Amino acid sequence: MSRPVRYAICILVALIFVLPLLAMVVIAFTPRESILDDGASLWSGDWTLANFSGLFGQFPVWRWFGNALLVASLTTALSVVVNLLGGYALAKLRFRGRSTVLLVVLGTLVVPVQVVMIPQFELVARLGLVGFFWAVILPSASTALGLFLARQFFIDFPDEIVEAARVDGCTTLQAFRRVVVPNARPLVAVMTLLAFMAQWNDFLWPLITLRDPDLYTLPVALRLLQTAYDNDYGGIMAMALLSSLPLVLMFVVLQRYFVAGISRSGIR
Amino acid sequence: MTAPTVAPAEVSPQGAAMTGSPGQARAAWGMLAPNLLLIGVFLAGPLAWAFAMAFQDKRSFGKGTWSGLDNLSRLFGDDVFWRALLNTAIFTAATVPVGVLLGLGLALLMNKALPGRGVFRTIVYLPIVVSSLVTSLVGLLLFDESVGIINGILRDLGLADVSWQSDGALAMTSVVVMTLWSRIGFSMVIYIAALQDVDPQVIEAAEVDGARAWQVTRRVVVPLLRPTTFFLVLVNLIWSFQVFDVVYVMTNGGPGYSTTMLVTYAYDEGFGPARNFGYGATVGVVLFVIIGALTLLQLRRNARAEA
Repeated sequence: MSRPVRYAICILVALIFVLPLLAMVVIAFTPRESILDDGASLWSGDWTLANFSGLFGQFPVWRWFGNALLVASLTTALSVVVNLLGGYALAKLRFRGRSTVLLVVLGTLVVPVQVVMIPQFELVARLGLVGFFWAVILPSASTALGLFLARQFFIDFPDEIVEAARVDGCTTLQAFRRVVVPNARPLVAVMTLLAFMAQWNDFLWPLITLRDPDLYTLPVALRLLQTAYDNDYGGIMAMALLSSLPLVLMFVVLQRYFVAGISRSGIR
Repeated sequence: MTAPTVAPAEVSPQGAAMTGSPGQARAAWGMLAPNLLLIGVFLAGPLAWAFAMAFQDKRSFGKGTWSGLDNLSRLFGDDVFWRALLNTAIFTAATVPVGVLLGLGLALLMNKALPGRGVFRTIVYLPIVVSSLVTSLVGLLLFDESVGIINGILRDLGLADVSWQSDGALAMTSVVVMTLWSRIGFSMVIYIAALQDVDPQVIEAAEVDGARAWQVTRRVVVPLLRPTTFFLVLVNLIWSFQVFDVVYVMTNGGPGYSTTMLVTYAYDEGFGPARNFGYGATVGVVLFVIIGALTLLQLRRNARAEA
């Protein structure tokens, strides 16, 4: 394929991929009336901040933002620690039952969340967690994907480094903490990014378990707005933009680590 | 402090014999404990519970009554269930091959040096970060029949409106399009990472031999990417069978039942007005069994192909 042709295809693909995001941004700044009268358009030429001021005026947007940040950060921290430990054990330590554990963990990948939601909700309710952030954090902290990612990374981790630490008198756990973790930065970066992303974007489970609008996270509130603001695309897109912006910025800055992490972790 | 107990032979990765020293086994279980506890309590437990619920008449929290195979026999005679199964199969067939192939195509396209390549890649990746909820809401904005962007563009071009929401097949199309948009970037990232491992000399050698670029790609590069393709097909298959958010938000299964999927049906039965926990669980358990069987089938096919 000649270079100009390849270039033309790239531009076309980029245009198609960017269109939905462009639509979100444009409509977030388009006045409500203009959408109702003339339909949503990418080139209406009417610009306004009213959708945003409306949101901030009516709703505790900053609070939702803070909640989302808190819940996603706590889940991420817990999940990275738990999956790092487990992934290392599955990759480097030898014990009876190792392959069974791996199989069971991978098996959980095929469980659709919505299927276990009812019993999960009953469980969380019995534990008295409904209406608390823990109801959201604990069930999502251990992810099969994160554990698998860590295992794949550690399989390639040089044994000599661990052995050297052991010869120096470190226990398994000490060697892990002092030698292994500091050398697993790309893995930690990609696990952090993936866990944070998943939790930040989750809406259904938090909607069911948090109950109190004061506890909502941005995406949960977004879902609520969609039902409340029927057809007010301006307001909905303004909120959608606000809830996506942190991740988009984070991703653009950390993209290099993300791609490097994925290629080094061996999910391919 | 325990003395180092690990002999070099024992640390070799993926050894065949599974018995390490007792100390190592203790450390391993200790390190796995938090994980297993969380998975056990919040996933495996509820899953077992869902299996039990499939054999119960249960319509509220608390205890249900055992009802044997009632739910299952209702399921087999339930037209909506069969429709949801068919829809899920159609959705899977429409998203998995296209999603993986386009990911491969874009990875090959953007693997070679090209001015602005980084920008192009970022644009294709970006939907990964956008949540499924936002994707679905943007999907609504694009495909809305009366005020949506796409019909607006068609109108500006002097074309007729398209009934994206009132026509079943078109509604399914809109859901498929938004799903592909959000997924292709992932396939592309993984393929690009895999392409970095393909020895450039392999490609060069083939090109020197006079093979044309397309043939090199098809005969040499694509077979080398087989493990990646296997992984992506498997993951996409699981995702497609579990599709929920996009359908739930964009069409809520409609018009009629033309986009009802197994998971949205299970959810509606359990959490919707029907509040039939037992029946919702039955639909879910059947779905789980189907996905599990498909996954095992794929794994076995892969093992045979590699042998």
